[in-house]
Amino acid sequence: MAEAFIYDAVRTPRGRGKSDGSLHEVQPIQLLTSVLRELRDRNQLDTSLIDDVILGCVTPIGEQGADIARTAVLESSYHESVAGVQLNRFCSSGLEAINMAGAYVMSGQVDAIIAGGVESMSRVPMGSDGGALFMNPQIVAHHNIVPQGISADLIATKYGYSRTDVDRFAAESYRRAVDAQAANRFHKTLIPFKDELGVTLVDHDEGVRPGTTVDSLAKLKPAFEAIGQMGLDALALLKYAEYAQINHVHHAGNSSQIVDGAAGVLIGSQEFGEKTGLKPRARIKAFAVVGSEPTIMLTGPIPATKKVLKRAGMSISDIDLFEVNEAFAAIPLLYMDELGVDHNKLNVNGGSIALGHPLGATGAIISATLLDELERSGKQVGLASLCIGGGMGIATIFELL
Amino acid sequence: MIQYAVDQHIAVITWAMTSSPMNVLNDDSIPAFESALEQAFADDSVKGIIITSAKPEFVAGADLKMILRNNDKDPTDMLKVSSELNRVFRRIETSGKPTVAAINGTALGGGYEICLACHHRIALANPKTAIGLVEVTIGLLPGAGGTQRLPRMLGIQVALPLILEGKKVGVQEAKSLGMIDDIADTPDEMMAKARAWIEANPKPIKPWDEVDRKTGKIVGKDNVKVPGGNVQSAVGAQTFGVGTAMMMDKTKGNYPAPLEIMACVYEGLQVNIDRALSIEARHFVKVATSKVAKNLIQTMFLGMNEANKGASRPKDIPKTEVKKLGVLGAGMMGAGIAYVSAQAGIDVILKDVSIEAAEKGKEYSRSLLQKSVERGKLDPQKADGILSLIKLTTSAQDLDGCDLIIEAVFENRELKATVTQEAEPFLAEQGVFASNTSTLPISGLAQASAKSDRFIGIHFFSPVDKMMLVEIIVGKQTSDYALAVAIDYTRKIRKTPIVVNDSRGFYTSRCFGTYSGEGMELLKEGINPVLIENAGKDAGMPVGPLAVTDEVALDLVYKIAGQGIQDGAIREDDTSYQVAKKLVELGRAGKKAKAGFYEYGADKSKKLWSGLSDLFPLAPQQPSLDEVKTRLLYRQAIEAVRCFEENVVRTKLDADLGSILGWGFPAYTGGALSFIDFVGVDTFVNTCDRLANQYGERFRPTARLREQAAQQQAV
Repeated sequence: MAEAFIYDAVRTPRGRGKSDGSLHEVQPIQLLTSVLRELRDRNQLDTSLIDDVILGCVTPIGEQGADIARTAVLESSYHESVAGVQLNRFCSSGLEAINMAGAYVMSGQVDAIIAGGVESMSRVPMGSDGGALFMNPQIVAHHNIVPQGISADLIATKYGYSRTDVDRFAAESYRRAVDAQAANRFHKTLIPFKDELGVTLVDHDEGVRPGTTVDSLAKLKPAFEAIGQMGLDALALLKYAEYAQINHVHHAGNSSQIVDGAAGVLIGSQEFGEKTGLKPRARIKAFAVVGSEPTIMLTGPIPATKKVLKRAGMSISDIDLFEVNEAFAAIPLLYMDELGVDHNKLNVNGGSIALGHPLGATGAIISATLLDELERSGKQVGLASLCIGGGMGIATIFELL
Repeated sequence: MIQYAVDQHIAVITWAMTSSPMNVLNDDSIPAFESALEQAFADDSVKGIIITSAKPEFVAGADLKMILRNNDKDPTDMLKVSSELNRVFRRIETSGKPTVAAINGTALGGGYEICLACHHRIALANPKTAIGLVEVTIGLLPGAGGTQRLPRMLGIQVALPLILEGKKVGVQEAKSLGMIDDIADTPDEMMAKARAWIEANPKPIKPWDEVDRKTGKIVGKDNVKVPGGNVQSAVGAQTFGVGTAMMMDKTKGNYPAPLEIMACVYEGLQVNIDRALSIEARHFVKVATSKVAKNLIQTMFLGMNEANKGASRPKDIPKTEVKKLGVLGAGMMGAGIAYVSAQAGIDVILKDVSIEAAEKGKEYSRSLLQKSVERGKLDPQKADGILSLIKLTTSAQDLDGCDLIIEAVFENRELKATVTQEAEPFLAEQGVFASNTSTLPISGLAQASAKSDRFIGIHFFSPVDKMMLVEIIVGKQTSDYALAVAIDYTRKIRKTPIVVNDSRGFYTSRCFGTYSGEGMELLKEGINPVLIENAGKDAGMPVGPLAVTDEVALDLVYKIAGQGIQDGAIREDDTSYQVAKKLVELGRAGKKAKAGFYEYGADKSKKLWSGLSDLFPLAPQQPSLDEVKTRLLYRQAIEAVRCFEENVVRTKLDADLGSILGWGFPAYTGGALSFIDFVGVDTFVNTCDRLANQYGERFRPTARLREQAAQQQAV
């Protein structure tokens, strides 16, 4: 089987996902064209060598609808022979795109491919695509489907994470992100977003709030208590009858931020590198997805990690750095506790709590952050993992060359 | 059955069924109704149609026997019934002729669905009229267009709760909700308004319909806007996402109809009305052929009607009537009995040791009546009239001429004997004496009576005004006459009687005790008390077994069990006794002491007492939720079987009704005995054996149950 290599990665800044965010006036297609053009230009790519562009997008309706990947290919002035496909595996879509791209290359059916994702959450709101999973009464009732925030609070309840535990984790995410920005650790992948006149609209992840502490977070009200009490807690507890109530600990400050952003990763075979003279940075060592219990929903990274380690013939101690998406603080906390991962190895430059989680793009962003940090710190092996709506998990192991 | 007349070019179709006490939709009336409609549609001189009724009610709904008959048949049989009805109703909507419902009285279920199919609805201002889609209350869903037309008229957010709750409303409320269009003060005015509407609207068309350009026929329109927001909208996401959770919180998934109703609305409102009706029919059939619907119709509707008519009454005793009632003891039970009796127009003599004590009992009625007046449900003069029927006394002589005397004094044999002997001489010649005891055997109490054949137990439940059940206990010497009096009295106060034979705990207390008892068994085994409580509620019981034991009071459980040990009826190591003892010795007597299995906050909040885990350390291996639910339900059911076989409870229906109305056994099962048919006798016996092997002989099935299982017989 052929190997799949990562040659480069580019992403936009993450703009606050509200109408006052810097990227709110930018269309999602423009976020993507900035990424695709940068990948082309800085690698002096002959785009006719690219077979396909796979992009994750979780709310593929409105201006993110109609196969935004092919739309982006056309508007970026790539060669018209380049195809494009949009996929949706919820929050993991960006990493799923990388895995699929990797699998295509490994299978020998594709030479080069760009994988990534996009989400303009300020313009196409999360959940605005509806979906039977969340709306169909029979599906909601049969599988006790609750919003993710309730699931995250259920994890905190089941595994005993207090409000202070999750706030402490969140404050640390902010501290790390502030330090990483100050040390300019994202420069390799992150490009400023420039408008059509070439004026920079934003050049950094704008959700990072210096000075965020456990004390400042303690003032925020739990976000899911009110809806929980409307019946959603009860629906979850029908399955988790050993708990009297759900302890609502998550809020805007210890959950991932809603942001706008896009990312792309150039993946190809060894021959592609030889043909273009590009130097591969890392190989995709192994990847795995799993389904997990859908009510608690967000525990999937743990079995996914076990599965990918087994597939790679590795153990936790073989992994130098982890990027685990901070959808909610309880998820990385549980991940570390269940798998015995040292916090010094996980999300060392902060995570989605401080930096933001543009749903379709995050998987690609954290993979790129992981490679950058492995290179910067002289380490070798990294693992990226995300929890996924509907009860799934994903994990991918990258190895520097 | 269905009268047809044409007057000034308007056809009046009048429901006037003689084959049943009320107008209902059944195998006879549906075709007759259709042929009347077709006659009007076919007659070119007929410009419009008025549908009304010659009976006090409009149409009361579908004939449930028709539903029951098809319940366990091939689902396509039921689908035919449902599709037929839908076809007839859809004809009303699409005939092109204006059709008005002149709603002279109650229109429920299928009766109101006729009205929904009409183009216009005018109700007579009749205070007795109830309007609504009540199907869910008997485990069904509105299957003749109700789940489709009401949301299309009122919007999903308004209509869905009405259908999910099976809400009945009066004429005014129906008007303000938009369920009807107009109100008339007199029948003449109603008909005149109907005529006028027809004249003014010669070609009505529903907002969800359009005229097909090719055929000229009225057909369902695609992409119809639903008032207040379509299914696929932010409003829809909220309604169906959170709404489903709210619904599941109520039903715990035990009742299929509410979920199928939500599915009907969710699916149906995304397509045109014609396709929507076929979606609705599919969901209706699923629900109507379910065991739960069968259980609810059989026990809660047909069974309850039978019991309320006096099914257990000795047939050959002429009807009796209690006109004057004596109540001894004005505590909570006595006060409640006085209240419900006065409400039924009975003269009540409420006796206690002091006038102050008696007055306190009457105060109970006063405050309840006042609440009804404040809510506009009762006219102040009537309230005064009811209250004046309760007379207070401390003297037994005032009981002179009572047709029935009910003692509701403390549960103490000597005290009961004293009041019996004091009051009995003042009974009317044919009078009956009753005890409201919940624990003391009636035959024993009857020894104090000079006429033990006229001595009976009439066991009310607390709170008396809310609890619909009355458990009538027949002692060894109790005559059929006394039983007839007790049943006639129960019917008069509009409660549901069941008849049981004398035995420790009678029927309801004995079986109820097993629910609370099994909760304590689980606790003693180290099962997580949260799981125990949730399992009780998830199985469909109104409260968890430990919470209900707190409400009953742990010192009472301790006392009764102690009495049982003294009498040799139970063993010293009885779990309820031991567990209650432990808690009582720690000063935790239950809710009244603000400390029991639960801790009680000042704000009426409660949570399980943290000290429970010290008394009963958690077992390392915890059972599944299903296992705990199974134990809690099976334990009650096997006790009901024993009561039935020991002839403590006399009929299966009484056993079922007593369980549901008396101690809150879940209605979806059909009752504590029907539960066995619900799960299957085979399964029941096998599961009982497994539970007995694992947890104790209390679960062991009886020999007769084994026989029934072997012969595949219903219980």
